[in-house]
Amino acid sequence: MDRSIRRVGVFLMLLFCALFVQLNYIQVVDAPDLNEKPGNSRPIDVAFSEPRGTVATADGVVIARSVPINTKKKLQREFPEGDLYAQITGYFNYSFGATGLESAYNSELSGRTPAQQVEDVTDLFKEKDRSGNLKLTVRSDVQKAARAALGERRGSVVALDPRTGGVLALWSYPSFDPNPLSSHDLEKANNIKRFLENTPGKPLLARAYREIYPPGSTFKIITGSIGVQTGKVTPEGPTYPVESSFKPPQTTRPLPNYGGELCGGTLFRILAKSCNTSFARMGLDIGGPAMIAGAEGFGFNEVPPFDLPAVASVFPDEDFSQQLPTLAQAAIGQGSVASTPLQMAMAAAAIANDGKVMVPHVVAEVIDQQGDVVERKDPKVWREPINAATADTMRQAMRQVVAAGTATRLQIAGVDVGAKTGTAQFGSGRPLRSHAWVVAWAGPPGQPPVIAVAVIVEGQEGLSEQTGGRVAAPIAKQVIETALQPMPAPPTPTTTAPPTTTVPGGN
Amino acid sequence: MTAVGRINRAVGPTLMGRVRRRAEFGLILLVLVIIGGAYTLASLGQTSSVPANIGPFLAVIGGLLLFAHLAVRRLAPDADGLLLPLVALLNGIGYVFIVRLKPDLAALQATWTAVGIVGFTLTLLVVRRARDLERYRYTFLLIGLALLLLPLVPGIGVSIRGARIWAAVGPISFQPGEFAKIAFALFFASYLVEKRELLSMATWPKFRPLLPDLKHLGPVLLAWGVAILVMTMQKDLGSSLLLFVLFMSMLYVATGRPAYPAVGAVLFGGAAYGAWTQFAHVQTRVRVWLNPWPEALGRGGQTIQAWYAMAWGGITGTGIGLGRPDKVYVVESDMIFAAIGEELGMLGATAILITYLLIVGCGLRIATRADHAFDKLLAAGLTTLLGFQAFVIIAGVTRLLPLTGVVLPFVSYGGSALVANYVLIALLLRTSDDVTKREARQQGTGRAKAGAVH
Repeated sequence: MDRSIRRVGVFLMLLFCALFVQLNYIQVVDAPDLNEKPGNSRPIDVAFSEPRGTVATADGVVIARSVPINTKKKLQREFPEGDLYAQITGYFNYSFGATGLESAYNSELSGRTPAQQVEDVTDLFKEKDRSGNLKLTVRSDVQKAARAALGERRGSVVALDPRTGGVLALWSYPSFDPNPLSSHDLEKANNIKRFLENTPGKPLLARAYREIYPPGSTFKIITGSIGVQTGKVTPEGPTYPVESSFKPPQTTRPLPNYGGELCGGTLFRILAKSCNTSFARMGLDIGGPAMIAGAEGFGFNEVPPFDLPAVASVFPDEDFSQQLPTLAQAAIGQGSVASTPLQMAMAAAAIANDGKVMVPHVVAEVIDQQGDVVERKDPKVWREPINAATADTMRQAMRQVVAAGTATRLQIAGVDVGAKTGTAQFGSGRPLRSHAWVVAWAGPPGQPPVIAVAVIVEGQEGLSEQTGGRVAAPIAKQVIETALQPMPAPPTPTTTAPPTTTVPGGN
Repeated sequence: MTAVGRINRAVGPTLMGRVRRRAEFGLILLVLVIIGGAYTLASLGQTSSVPANIGPFLAVIGGLLLFAHLAVRRLAPDADGLLLPLVALLNGIGYVFIVRLKPDLAALQATWTAVGIVGFTLTLLVVRRARDLERYRYTFLLIGLALLLLPLVPGIGVSIRGARIWAAVGPISFQPGEFAKIAFALFFASYLVEKRELLSMATWPKFRPLLPDLKHLGPVLLAWGVAILVMTMQKDLGSSLLLFVLFMSMLYVATGRPAYPAVGAVLFGGAAYGAWTQFAHVQTRVRVWLNPWPEALGRGGQTIQAWYAMAWGGITGTGIGLGRPDKVYVVESDMIFAAIGEELGMLGATAILITYLLIVGCGLRIATRADHAFDKLLAAGLTTLLGFQAFVIIAGVTRLLPLTGVVLPFVSYGGSALVANYVLIALLLRTSDDVTKREARQQGTGRAKAGAVH
């Protein structure tokens, strides 16, 4: 009997050994695969419950933060300013991921960059909150001015500091509230996402850096810059004929001035009056290869090294020798030329900054929870399409646009302002519809400009060179005026602020 | 008055008994430290604070365990000293996990633990010698059958999650099947004591070498019948398998003939196959067992979530309160091992496995040292019952076997099982107490004889 009892014992022991083997299989051998299974929500839970840094504007307004919610120890991403910064921060969702900075700076926000992981040797042995806070170059006052000035018109406003490439404002309408999209209620978030995707006007589209439009006459600052840089054009000459339309070679279709007006003269005159005929001739004089190289020098045909996922602006890269009418169109920003508002702001900024295109960025610093700077975006030159002398000439030309041209609405007392308006026809339906543009830079007289702006208001009725000056220039003016004011003081922390696990140490 | 009687009454616990009680007390203190630590960690993991009620918590748990210890000291002073601390460890870890998973159930589980320890004490108090139970053979058979059939009585039986194994009387609902298992173990032990000579001597007819004489297969067929009954009427595959393995292991222990369990296994396999062809819920269980992935969001989800939980725990676990075992359906009862695997890791889960093996070891040691066939059979049967039940549910959670709804003894939430298992442990301790006393008597008489010689 005892032998049978022992055998029962051995039998049970074997059964438990089988369990032990199976545990090894599940918890050691197969665990990496199981942890990666798409249906396994645990890794996602970790990502959504680990500390995540705040995002704050240059003047210290917190625009994204994580707050604990009562269920399951989760953190809820919160965007206190609603739609105002949605196209900068993006949203942060459980099931369909993140956009904007939440995606581009995910590693920094969650503290996973090597620099954050090991700041010094003792970090190897410590468990601490390594999440990073982002401090932006964006100013809350300029951003709000952009939103207020554009109002409920589809379009976009981009303001840069020409000296650094730091974005001061980045707004487009319509925008969206990232809060419900970041909700832990996945069904609700999904429904709202689907709704936004089907909403006319595409609120989820960050027009400022992800949509390209024909730049119209604003592109003339680039054509003019190339003309001056290549030596084909000086303030003194050539003097382009005064005419109402120009028939390029290889076509019988004339290229008219706006409203069939008579227009011509030297550089300052033709830029101030935005003569299509003159700039078409200038483009043909410069020639296809130099036009392409010049436009690409300003950043066309390449995704700019922006810290948000921008798209490339387009200048047709083709052999124009048998396509001279197309080259003439391109020289006045029509045809297949297309630019993001960001790219046009960068072009204006290059002229303002003695010809240097700075690397554009919205993030200034990554700061750890102890308040130390982990990563700083120092100003870097991306391109240098024109030299300082050319830039100076173009600034003079752009001042004339404000003083006596199409952008007189941008005159600001005691401020040095240069600009170029644009009206880009789109579609061929009637009534004619066009995008109203303005690009501008401004600063204290006698000093380098401190702001460059691009504004587009989509789908204006009619087609007149006045449209850009009438519709877009006042928006640019409000933004510039705000940016020239001193930056507002950081908000004092209030006791009513919701508790955050990630202390905003970067303010 | 014999010398034996004097030793029993006057001397009290033997030297061995005193050593065992001291060890038991020390181990219970150690278990308290472990449970208190686990409870604190669970609270730290979930709320980052030391639980405010750690004092009262330890006082209640400590009080209950001390009460059980004193009961053993008083009523079975020579019994094995490891069983109670091992059981206390399982019960305590299970309780901490229930508090961590379903705080609402904590008070109820604590109450059931208290009831279980009362049941434990009453068993020690009422059953003064395990062998005394031998003569109530058919009473236990009837009790076992009655308990088993109780859930099928209209008005009393309740069906929960597809298994009709619950009986509700007023506000209290319980699983009578948990007690039926013990009653059947008692019946089988006494039945086999009587019939074991016959069964083990039985010659198998030459013309039919695969099957013994039909009249000797009576007990096998009875066990088979009961198992089929449970499987078909109550849709409780786990208990059915458990009862069957209980009978077969006791039959094997009694006869030493592996042919009986072999024939039994074939019969049970046939019945299981029949059930598989007949019942949709059995087919679902088997299908999900073989490949749960196509039904990850449906029937297979429970198993898959259990795997995810254990995989996430890895070797060392997430720490108590730091995992997400709440993603696993009914994690507080059937699936509690998945929570342990996640939060204590493979190391913690293996520690639980070892704890069961140690209990099995203690139980079987008691069985081998018993000198009476009934004691041996009963101890071996009860131990197998406990050990195999732990195996069945852990195997279900880890997908080694199809998942069946049995609880993890002493760990899962559930009152009936807890009380029944405490009674089971009390019976083992009672047997152990008898065994040690007898050995002491033999040594005592041996010494007396030796003294007479010198």
